[in-house]
Amino acid sequence: MYGEAAAAAGEAGGARLRPGLGGRLLALGRALTFFGLLLAGAVLLMLVLAPAVLAALGLGQFLKYQLNHGLSFDSQDARDLLALVLGLACCRFVLPVALLAARRLAMLTRRLSARWCGVVIGAAYEPPPAARRQAGAARTSRLSYQQRMSWLLSDAGTWRDLLWLVVNTVAGWTLLLVPVTLVCVGTITFIVPALGSMGPPFRMLRHLVTPPAFPGNTPLVLFLIGLAMVATGTWTGPLLLRGYGGLARLVLAPSGQAELAQRVAQLTRTRRETLDTGAAELRRIERDLHDGAQARLVAMGLTLDAAGRLIDTDPAAARALLYEARDASARALAELRDLVRGIHPPVLADRGLADAIRALALDSPLRARVTGSLPGRPPAPVESAAYFAVSELLANVAKHSGAGAAEVDLRHSGGSLRISVSDDGAGGASPARGTGLSGIARRLAAFDGVLVVSSPVGGPTVVSLEMPCALS
Amino acid sequence: MRVVIAEDLFLLRDGLIRLLEAYGFEVGAAVDNGGDFLAAVRSRRPDVAVVDVRLPPTFTDEGLRAALRARAELPGLPILVLSQYVEQLYARELLADGAGAVGYLLKDRVFDGAQFTDAVKRVADGGTAMDPEVIARLLARNATFEGPLSRLSPREREVLSLMAEGRSNAAIAARLVVTERAVAKHTAAIFTKLDLQPSDDDNRRVLAVLAYLGR
Repeated sequence: MYGEAAAAAGEAGGARLRPGLGGRLLALGRALTFFGLLLAGAVLLMLVLAPAVLAALGLGQFLKYQLNHGLSFDSQDARDLLALVLGLACCRFVLPVALLAARRLAMLTRRLSARWCGVVIGAAYEPPPAARRQAGAARTSRLSYQQRMSWLLSDAGTWRDLLWLVVNTVAGWTLLLVPVTLVCVGTITFIVPALGSMGPPFRMLRHLVTPPAFPGNTPLVLFLIGLAMVATGTWTGPLLLRGYGGLARLVLAPSGQAELAQRVAQLTRTRRETLDTGAAELRRIERDLHDGAQARLVAMGLTLDAAGRLIDTDPAAARALLYEARDASARALAELRDLVRGIHPPVLADRGLADAIRALALDSPLRARVTGSLPGRPPAPVESAAYFAVSELLANVAKHSGAGAAEVDLRHSGGSLRISVSDDGAGGASPARGTGLSGIARRLAAFDGVLVVSSPVGGPTVVSLEMPCALS
Repeated sequence: MRVVIAEDLFLLRDGLIRLLEAYGFEVGAAVDNGGDFLAAVRSRRPDVAVVDVRLPPTFTDEGLRAALRARAELPGLPILVLSQYVEQLYARELLADGAGAVGYLLKDRVFDGAQFTDAVKRVADGGTAMDPEVIARLLARNATFEGPLSRLSPREREVLSLMAEGRSNAAIAARLVVTERAVAKHTAAIFTKLDLQPSDDDNRRVLAVLAYLGR
């Protein structure tokens, strides 16, 4: 995402080196858009502050009145208590919404700043905690109020958003409005009356605006002053817009420490998940071997022993037992084969990811097509993770989507392995709905990989995965 | 009938030699890696070669690659590939030249000496020997599509899979305990339903079926 923003900023930055008049006017329009966001932010700020102020006022008035008039209760108390209750209710219902809205506004500012001002601003927010499991109920997707508030308030990012609302309201508007004001005032107050006094075609403008009264206000002087103001406004527009982006970055960019902390938290989480998955896998393999191949070998040993005892007295029975042992060994082999396929598919070891995925497509009950190729081989762990992710995705398509055809595309670009699995099925797949997709995303996270699902109801579904890696 | 064997595990190589000799084959050479295999095939000109997919020094699909290279050098050289696992991908590559005379079997199949040597002979004679597991997966893949395959009766399906493995009408008849005439009737019905050109030549017939299933 950042790469994209940076690329967009690079393009825009290149254009801004020598912006034409259109570009300069566009900058003014963008400044006005930012100003709109600023107003929205000011309203949000009020929404955040008002409940606290209201509650504090109510409580203060109530206590003051009680102290001054002794313990009693009258209409004045009722009013104060109402203010207190209203304030608290707003804290309960409005505050979380307002904080999240402030976050969205900040994210929008970051995006626009990258695109319009050429200033890329990173974001670092804590991920929401896992929802509390309710006794008996299935996993709840909604956080409780306490969880939500402690998540929001403990995140430095939230405070950065609020600080941005304050800074923006207090200082941001100057940067945004100075050029716009210059252009507007220059045009309306100076140029229009100056033009009005010039000749017949503009005479009608004459009575529209009264020319400012100061010594030496000849039409020419007025016109020149107006022109200078408009020129200054359009000239400084892009510069000040860039300055606004810089101001936003100053406040909104996470500190290096916050970024590191976020990274550490992410690494800790993915490491724990990786270790858990690894341990669970080993347990599964141990159990499969114990119940499968091992048990069959024991049975084979017993059968062979029985055959050995019977071979002189009842050769026919001994022969039957030997065949039985042979069949048992074939079954043990089949089980071992399946087990190996689940640990590390031989075709992946032999041929690498592209051919292994082709083999998957051939085994899929769908008409699956594989496009794209890789110029080299990713590191073995990445290869294996990608293989099992695609395997699971294709199995999902076959099981849930109702699709008849699927397509897998794989390539390596921008330092990342990129694979997409698309189908023409019913759509409506979401990591939130099943454990399958979120499980894949979790396993990819161990490699800093991401999974993106696009699956509108009615299809088509495209699941893309991306893992940063070098090819060898 | 002269055989060249490439198998790196000593026990299995030894077992193969004994098995094939017991059934009257002449083992021209038994080697343990891809390079030696190519040399042996060039010098001994066997009637059929039996190769393990995984061979040193890479321990990947060295054997398969050597087999494909040998086929490219000596077109039509009958080759039977053995493997611990089967992949449709590899089966396709072996069948790709459309010349037949290839086999692709799980190693487990050597347990049944008679059937295994039968497969070796079939390949040597220019036929094919596909592992039932390959065929089962091909059929499973095709069965999910609404296609002509769904019009086959269960018996015809059985005949189809045995035919795809590369068995002759006589062998299919023996396997299903029916007359050869009954099998011929089934195969004719299959070819009609799948809209395939009927052919009297067993090998061409098998390749057509495999191509149809592998679409």
